[in-house]
Amino acid sequence: MDYFKNDIASLHDGLVKKEYSVEELTKSTFENIKKTDAKIEAFLTLNEQAALKQAQAIDDRGVDANNLLDGLAIGIKDNIVTKDLKTTAASKMLENFMPIYNATVMDKLNEAGMINVGKLNMDEFAMGGSTEHSAFKKTKNAWDQTKVPGGSSGGSAAAVASGQVIASLGSDTGGSIRQPAAFNGIVGVKPTYGRVSRYGLIAFASSLDQIGPLTRTVKDNALVLNAIAGQDSHDFTSSAQAVPDFTEGIADGVKGMKIAVPKEFMGEGVQPEVREAVKNAIATFEKLGATVDEVSLPHSKYGVPVYYIMASSEASSNLQRFDGIRYGFRAKDVKNLEDVYVRTRSEGFGDEVKRRIMLGTFSLSAGSYDAFFKKAAQVRTLICQDFANVFADYDLILGPTAPTVAFGIGEELNDPLTMYLNDILTIPVNLAGLPGMSLPAGFANGLPIGLQLIANAYDEKTMYKAGYAFEQATDFHKQTPKIGGQN
Amino acid sequence: MAISANEVKHVAGLAKLAFSDEELEKFTGQMDEIIKMVQQLEEVDTTDVPVTMHVTDAVNRMREDVAQKGMDRDLLMKNVPESQDGYVKVPAILDGSEEE
Repeated sequence: MDYFKNDIASLHDGLVKKEYSVEELTKSTFENIKKTDAKIEAFLTLNEQAALKQAQAIDDRGVDANNLLDGLAIGIKDNIVTKDLKTTAASKMLENFMPIYNATVMDKLNEAGMINVGKLNMDEFAMGGSTEHSAFKKTKNAWDQTKVPGGSSGGSAAAVASGQVIASLGSDTGGSIRQPAAFNGIVGVKPTYGRVSRYGLIAFASSLDQIGPLTRTVKDNALVLNAIAGQDSHDFTSSAQAVPDFTEGIADGVKGMKIAVPKEFMGEGVQPEVREAVKNAIATFEKLGATVDEVSLPHSKYGVPVYYIMASSEASSNLQRFDGIRYGFRAKDVKNLEDVYVRTRSEGFGDEVKRRIMLGTFSLSAGSYDAFFKKAAQVRTLICQDFANVFADYDLILGPTAPTVAFGIGEELNDPLTMYLNDILTIPVNLAGLPGMSLPAGFANGLPIGLQLIANAYDEKTMYKAGYAFEQATDFHKQTPKIGGQN
Repeated sequence: MAISANEVKHVAGLAKLAFSDEELEKFTGQMDEIIKMVQQLEEVDTTDVPVTMHVTDAVNRMREDVAQKGMDRDLLMKNVPESQDGYVKVPAILDGSEEE
């Protein structure tokens, strides 16, 4: 039972053939997590007792031979609420928060027989790109423990990449699934906005947030998305679009597929090795029978300013609820109600969260609204139109996921602006609500490089099909870090 | 400067945040850099361009007007920092010591 040597289908096979029980698989998963997490520090909370109970219950009723996910372990980003299991969003504000209900994705995973083994580290309230903004610990990159795992779903990515779990859930507001997936050499998908219910996802920017899976292979990723997708009466922005089987036709290949590469995604800010890896990927797709053309997304360069205004504005509104009254942290020795609000928020939030709240409050305040918030919302329209123009003629957009490979721990911590610019290639996808995937496409100095595929809204299938074809034609996903793996 | 320390202080008040003098200086510098970065949007012509506030395909969705069970009150009180007799307890709204 080595997560490096297995995928979901082979693990399922072992369970069905009774080579090991769900309980044995779950136990060895925890043993391995405890062994490797001293170095990786991906987990904030382990769910050992409840997970083993659930495993025994599945063994008692028997593994469903027709459900590939039945009895398999999954890790969950700590901004997804889990009933009776501490959920902190990696913030001091929610250090002892015990949810009284499950996020819809948790109910769905439960129905699919997946076992939540624990909660994964992240940047506080999902704000950041390195997981260094967690109030509790610094997660390490699976390939080099002196490097960041990316963020904000850094724990979710590092746990999968180091073989602690076969899959995890993250959330992506501006690249928070795709960038850590790229930094850790795994597959991460942000589904179309509305594809997955956000009910029970602690809100950061509600018009951009989306939950998605992180896995080591493309097909595994599609299998987990199958389980969590679909309309939900608790989330009015979840879409009524029919949910297909995302694995259907996944092996059909890319012959005749029309792929666009935005020239803005291959510019000077992109590390030469990353650009080279993307060029190699283009050659691979052409060899497989796709046509690849250069296109332009002229407004994509404004994605970062648009995002930081809009996401921060939504965050400043969403995070008003953390006031020390109904749940979470409350400052001690306060004199009056105003004091409760101000001291609770000033002591409970970390610096990056405060920066976003401040920028958002500023952008929405009298005198700034037209020049900042409204202007950003107008440029967002132009970014959406750019994508629509390309998708009128093409099936898929291709480019790098991040401009560089993983950077060193501490390197960008005190330089928020540089950190913000890391998201330049992922942010436009959230602004337009499109699905995006990062998958392994090479290495630079021993660190993984991520290739980004972007599809039209609700067309995740095309993205999975192309990702699968690329994976079959290359062996980047077969390389594993030195740490972890063996249970 | 795109933003002054006084403006940062004003925005902090709106956001119910307080900064020490040292923090205020740091945040003003960082906010100034970030605001200068976002000001590059000024170069985009947005005459007659509509705004995009969301990208959902959903329109208002109605449900049957049937009563649904709400959350149990005792459960909802579980995470309240201070409570008494089923009420959320807060300090006095006006300045002064807490009445007893």
